Amino acid sequence: MVNLALAWAERYQSGHPDISISVTGGGSGTGIASLVNGTVDVANASRAMTADEKKQAEANGITPVEFTVARDAIAVIVNPQNPVRRLTLQQISDIYSGKINNWSEVGGDRRPIVRLSRETNSGTHVYFLQMVIRLGDSKNTTLFSTDTLLLPSSEGIINELRQNLNAIGYDGLGYVPPDLMDSLIAVGREAGGPYVIPSIATVNDNSYPVARDLYMYTAGEPVGAVKDYLAWILSAEAQTIVADLGFVPIKP
Amino acid sequence: MKRTLNWRETIITAIIKTCGYSAVVFVLLIFFFLLREGVPALAEVKLGDLLTKRWYPIESHFGILPLLTGSLIVTVGAMLIAIPFGIGTAVFLSEIAPRWLREVLKPLVELLGGLPSVVLGFLGILVLSPFLRVFLDLPTGLTALAGALLLGGIAVPTTVSIAEDALDAVPLSYREGALALGATKWQTIWRVTLPAARSGVLTALMLGIGRTIGETMAVMMVTGNAPVLAVKLTSIFSPVRTMTATIAAEMGEVANNSTHYHVLFFIGLVLFLISLAVNITASSLVFKSKKRAERVLS
Repeated sequence: MVNLALAWAERYQSGHPDISISVTGGGSGTGIASLVNGTVDVANASRAMTADEKKQAEANGITPVEFTVARDAIAVIVNPQNPVRRLTLQQISDIYSGKINNWSEVGGDRRPIVRLSRETNSGTHVYFLQMVIRLGDSKNTTLFSTDTLLLPSSEGIINELRQNLNAIGYDGLGYVPPDLMDSLIAVGREAGGPYVIPSIATVNDNSYPVARDLYMYTAGEPVGAVKDYLAWILSAEAQTIVADLGFVPIKP
Repeated sequence: MKRTLNWRETIITAIIKTCGYSAVVFVLLIFFFLLREGVPALAEVKLGDLLTKRWYPIESHFGILPLLTGSLIVTVGAMLIAIPFGIGTAVFLSEIAPRWLREVLKPLVELLGGLPSVVLGFLGILVLSPFLRVFLDLPTGLTALAGALLLGGIAVPTTVSIAEDALDAVPLSYREGALALGATKWQTIWRVTLPAARSGVLTALMLGIGRTIGETMAVMMVTGNAPVLAVKLTSIFSPVRTMTATIAAEMGEVANNSTHYHVLFFIGLVLFLISLAVNITASSLVFKSKKRAERVLS
């Protein structure tokens, strides 16, 4: 969600020249770790803080306060020339855990499947593991297949998806470039369907199964400039930026 | 007058001594820092668990074997490319190429050595890995082979530059002597010039290996970073995850003093010990060969 945080900071600063906001990327884990260590005012995260992280924050004398600032859907993407366009959550889980290894098993060509993922420090990675691979079951301990390619950036995933016919990848809907919009996988909760393609509309009406909230955490109840900034982020102006970047605005 | 000269002498000697000793002190400090941050990992994770083949730190699977084999396969692959190409190019520049060509080529090679590895990484992602996938019909081009080729390319300029200096420093009389005895040009190079420059050439190779095993960015971009145990010969055609890429990718995210943090430092310690072992082996080889040469000469 670094794109979104940057766009917000830029717009807000152009209207408030006396405020300076600097945004650093690195993944939700990085942001939360910085909040826990007391080096930032606000941590952006695409996942909720874990109980462990909250405990560490308390130990450092910091009480994190959570704000939901936007919504996001994780899109599953294939190469444009791959004929497969619909998968159930169970099939995606089996592909990523290594039970399904060939596209022919899910109605495609006879080709090996190359699994792409973000690095483990990305909130998208953790969310995908919990909601898709483990199907939201907290007792499930299925892991990513070891031969899953862990790429350090969204750009790496998009690039490999463009050129490699064998590849399957996932990323936030906001990061999918226009040329791959036609190769999004329609995801079904069950084999009988319905299969839903991710879009702003299908995320907001809850029909797309792989969507999540995006958070900002502050160290203690926000005061002064941070408080004004958070209020602005929930305003209509800031939420239009959310839609412009391909994320999903929260409902008022 | 004499007094001031003495004063100056003392100060300069002191400064030079400080510089010399500080190199040693820094290495020791870094080593102790790695020990302090890395050894707690052994208390938190059983050694048996560290030596398993599953690396998934966010769920406390801390098996470092895939990372170790990943680094090894990429480094060995890179050296298989860098050693022949490096020495071959150095020999060509110093022994065979005409003077004007050498004056042009050597700065070019050194310029290549100055290229940031991120730039090479981009080249790897956009050109090398798609080429490998199509050419070798692999499922993906992001493999150990791509990493080895790229790292070989990164190590070659360092190796060439230093090895060429070493060859160039061999006195002309050695070559003239060999040629006068009726040796061919190839015999002179292989039996006289190269052995005479041996310690310099070995140093060049060591620095090349050093660059390879420590290189991070380019490797992280092209090897796919999948923590697969790479023990078969065909593993070179599959994705691997190296120790350096693991540290770089995960260090930014870990909370201070967590188990994951300590294990990452432990990996750093392993890396440090590997390069130490490589360096000690190399310098003892050089030392041995020197002693033999001295015996022969006396």
